[in-house]
Amino acid sequence: MNWGEILQYALFAGSVAAMTTGLVFVLAGAIGVIRLPDFYTRMHAAGVTDTLGAELITLGLILQAQDWQTVAKLLLVGLLVFLTSPTSSHAIANAAHRAGHKPRLSRFHPPHPGEAGKASGEGR
Amino acid sequence: MFYGVSLTAILVALWLTLSGSYTLSGDYPIVMGLGVISIVIAVALTFRMRIVDRETVPVAPAPALFGYWSWLGGEIVKANLAVTRLVMKPEIDIEPRLVRVPAEQRSGLGLCVFANSITLTPGTVTVDIEDDGFLVHALDGSFTDPAGFAEMGARSDIASDGRRKEVK
Repeated sequence: MNWGEILQYALFAGSVAAMTTGLVFVLAGAIGVIRLPDFYTRMHAAGVTDTLGAELITLGLILQAQDWQTVAKLLLVGLLVFLTSPTSSHAIANAAHRAGHKPRLSRFHPPHPGEAGKASGEGR
Repeated sequence: MFYGVSLTAILVALWLTLSGSYTLSGDYPIVMGLGVISIVIAVALTFRMRIVDRETVPVAPAPALFGYWSWLGGEIVKANLAVTRLVMKPEIDIEPRLVRVPAEQRSGLGLCVFANSITLTPGTVTVDIEDDGFLVHALDGSFTDPAGFAEMGARSDIASDGRRKEVK
């Protein structure tokens, strides 16, 4: 094993680690979209998927790229996501606000999932 | 004129990066020719629309903006971990808020960068833009720290418009 091979393996390990972490954040965003109560709060959970999930997966792909051109293209993709995802989030939120959709501003504290359904017979 | 030259240079670099061809042999004259044609059309159209200015070709603040984005990246990671922790807990306990964040940016570019930074950080979304600030929806009271917003606003202002004394 020479240094070149060791570098290859290290890059591959880093790539797998970055993509796995990104997938965890994408999954967290999906779970948040299901669990949170209303439109605005769900958008925050989707933001986790947009930012750290997408960027970490792009980083993992960059570490696997074989030539500089692929690296440059993936960097452009990352920059594009970085610039466009807040714009679209704001467009959606602003549209809901202008349409008169009121956010829920009270405390949201449902019972523990293990105890839900026992007492009242319904979840959430 | 400076912005026109910068825009052309950026477009040429982008075309060369995406096509990956630098010589004029083989099939490459077609690729290069199409590149020249499309760049000329794009630059001519932007000039005809009169939108070539400091905001559409932000070459001057670009280095400062990249520095600001690397700071913002750290904030995004922190906020991501906080939101993930809130969401994955067995018992969700949140109290959503609507807050007004004052914005004292000097240009439209600065306002845009600040509002997008707030939206990009999970847990806070810019809902509306008012005369002297933003209406921000936060997932929980813990995301509405005024000092944090103030620091982000000051940094984005410096990154997009330079230091305070250099106002033109």
